[in-house]
Amino acid sequence: MPQVATIAVSILFDGLAYAMFLFITAVGLSVTMGLMNFVNLAHGAFAMAGGYFVVSLTQSYGVDFISSLIIASVLVGLISIRFERRLYRPLYKAGELDQVLLTIGLAFMAIAAFTFFYGPIPKSVPLPQWLQGNVDLGFRAFPRYRAFLIVLGLFLVAVLWYGFERTNIGARIRAAVDNRRMAESVGINVDLLFTVTFAIGSGLAALGGGLAIQLFGLTPYFAVLYLVLFLIVVAVGGLGSLKGTLMAALLLGIVDTAGKYLIAEAGGFFIYVITVIVLLLKPAGFYGRQ
Amino acid sequence: MKLFRWLGLTALALTVGGAAQAETVKIGVVLPFSGANADLGHQIDKAFDLYIKLHAKDIAPHKVEIVKRDEGPPTGAQAKTVATELITNDKVQILTGFVFSPSAIAMAPVLTQAKTPLIIANAGTAWITNLSPYIARLSFSMWHPAYPMGAFAFDKIGCKTAALAYTDFPPGKDSTDAFKAGFEKAGGKVGLSIPLGSPVQVPDFTPFFQRIKDAKPDCMYVFIPSGAHATGVMKAYGDLGMRAAGVKLIGPMDLIPDNKLQDMGDAAIGTIVMGHYSVDLDNAANKAFLKEWHAAYGKDSYPDFMSAAGWDTMHAIFDTIKKLDGKVSDGAKVIEAMKGWTTNGPRGQVTIDADTRDIIQDQHAMEVVRKADGKLGVKILGTTKAVKDECKAQKIGRCGT
Repeated sequence: MPQVATIAVSILFDGLAYAMFLFITAVGLSVTMGLMNFVNLAHGAFAMAGGYFVVSLTQSYGVDFISSLIIASVLVGLISIRFERRLYRPLYKAGELDQVLLTIGLAFMAIAAFTFFYGPIPKSVPLPQWLQGNVDLGFRAFPRYRAFLIVLGLFLVAVLWYGFERTNIGARIRAAVDNRRMAESVGINVDLLFTVTFAIGSGLAALGGGLAIQLFGLTPYFAVLYLVLFLIVVAVGGLGSLKGTLMAALLLGIVDTAGKYLIAEAGGFFIYVITVIVLLLKPAGFYGRQ
Repeated sequence: MKLFRWLGLTALALTVGGAAQAETVKIGVVLPFSGANADLGHQIDKAFDLYIKLHAKDIAPHKVEIVKRDEGPPTGAQAKTVATELITNDKVQILTGFVFSPSAIAMAPVLTQAKTPLIIANAGTAWITNLSPYIARLSFSMWHPAYPMGAFAFDKIGCKTAALAYTDFPPGKDSTDAFKAGFEKAGGKVGLSIPLGSPVQVPDFTPFFQRIKDAKPDCMYVFIPSGAHATGVMKAYGDLGMRAAGVKLIGPMDLIPDNKLQDMGDAAIGTIVMGHYSVDLDNAANKAFLKEWHAAYGKDSYPDFMSAAGWDTMHAIFDTIKKLDGKVSDGAKVIEAMKGWTTNGPRGQVTIDADTRDIIQDQHAMEVVRKADGKLGVKILGTTKAVKDECKAQKIGRCGT
């Protein structure tokens, strides 16, 4: 295979894996922001908590990596319901500043709490044998873990797409995002709907946090350090849109990887260029409501 | 009346006399206690605390009072604010700590103006000590490990070509420049030189390393701040199968900090670094240091090269307090007293160079191996005694001013 094609395949592969991580972690944030206009800056904290649960489950309780990911996601999803009911609900009608202050405060409290229990040293997880090393496809070797990320990401895209577009609850969520008052007036319980989507979104964030350990290592500051990335994905994709979040994650993931590979000197610059261009052309993102 | 005046004078004389005997030296400690690199601050802070706890009696009747402040992110702005406050509000007489080079660089003009000595416990950009006569450094210059690594990589590891990758802030450029100078002098060729983004967050290293892997150099020299980045580098290097593809991973000791080594796994085995400390160094002072460390912080807690430098830093400060009999309010005298200071610490013999106020220490080439007890550790491949900062010795770039 010619050199250029090999490089293109390599960039697409790495970019796709990165995009899938971005999609899994950010999709919950997009849907909850679209549904309730609620600015949840503690989203990264749920991802970080998921990561630490995976660390504890694998290292202290001997649970295997895949089961740990599932348990951590469910656990964080359930815990997030408590947060939503007790802390978030009273602020739905409040201004954005109040929401930002509450949620960023929660994120900082989470950082302090996890630093206290786990310490600031970065954690890693033992991966099963089949996820280590790489597969050689003749013209190029691909890391197995990234292939796993892509497969898992595509699977979740399919599941979420089906749930969003083909089920009754998905139709209700779409209706509530489009016009909340109309949805309520035809008898849709938007509050309950929101609790469910919030829990699913937080659970997915926790899954993203667990998956990120192998990519970045895990420290308590994960909660705020990568939040900017998730917010960019949400802004570029448009609030409340599954399709938009996917498109944004793919575009940003692949462009970022290509930029780092081809013009390393400009490094992480490209992700911001794309963001600025997209938002200039479409201020509400790809599929956001104007 | 007269009697009262005499009584008053006597009382005054007693107070002054008493103060002259037992001074309280106020030391400002500036280290990152928050942010992605908080664990670097903790590694040094633990060494400081341990030294003070064990050696407080050495400086009797004098005492030290420690005021700790958060250095913040590796950008220098917050460090400058808190350190200036320490000097003006808290009236500290000696400043120490400083993990990040930008912090020390930003602070240098203030030190000169305030005549307050800064005893650096980490920040390693070579030319920092030239910025103010009130700076002495107990840790290292980037050139200490990186310059000798150049020749060692070419002669002993078999690197004929090398790619460079570095976190994009002053010490990163400094470390790769030093390696390049040593490597090219020995006859090696440097190909790619790739900046890895800012030190604030750990990037996805894969696209950068994939690029290097495709260029097929013999070795990849990596500098990253020795925190969460080190773990990330090892993961990306392992996942891409770069060792099997014939690209050896080399760098300064920041790549394999002792407190993170056990978590790095098999990907780290075979990595060769140049550095001044590892918990596996075989000397009496290090054995004693490790024993005290484990007793204080538990058997699973390890000091690293930063802790070792932190330990020596506090040792030098204590010796200076003793030497000046507690009278450390004159910054110039403090720095003067430190020149030529020498000890046998956990790193082996270290000396403060009287000309440059920078450290002179041994450098060890170390390879990561799995030890007999199943843990990861290092094997010493070779040692260069009493290495000086070559950047200042050869007056290269900003080191010459």
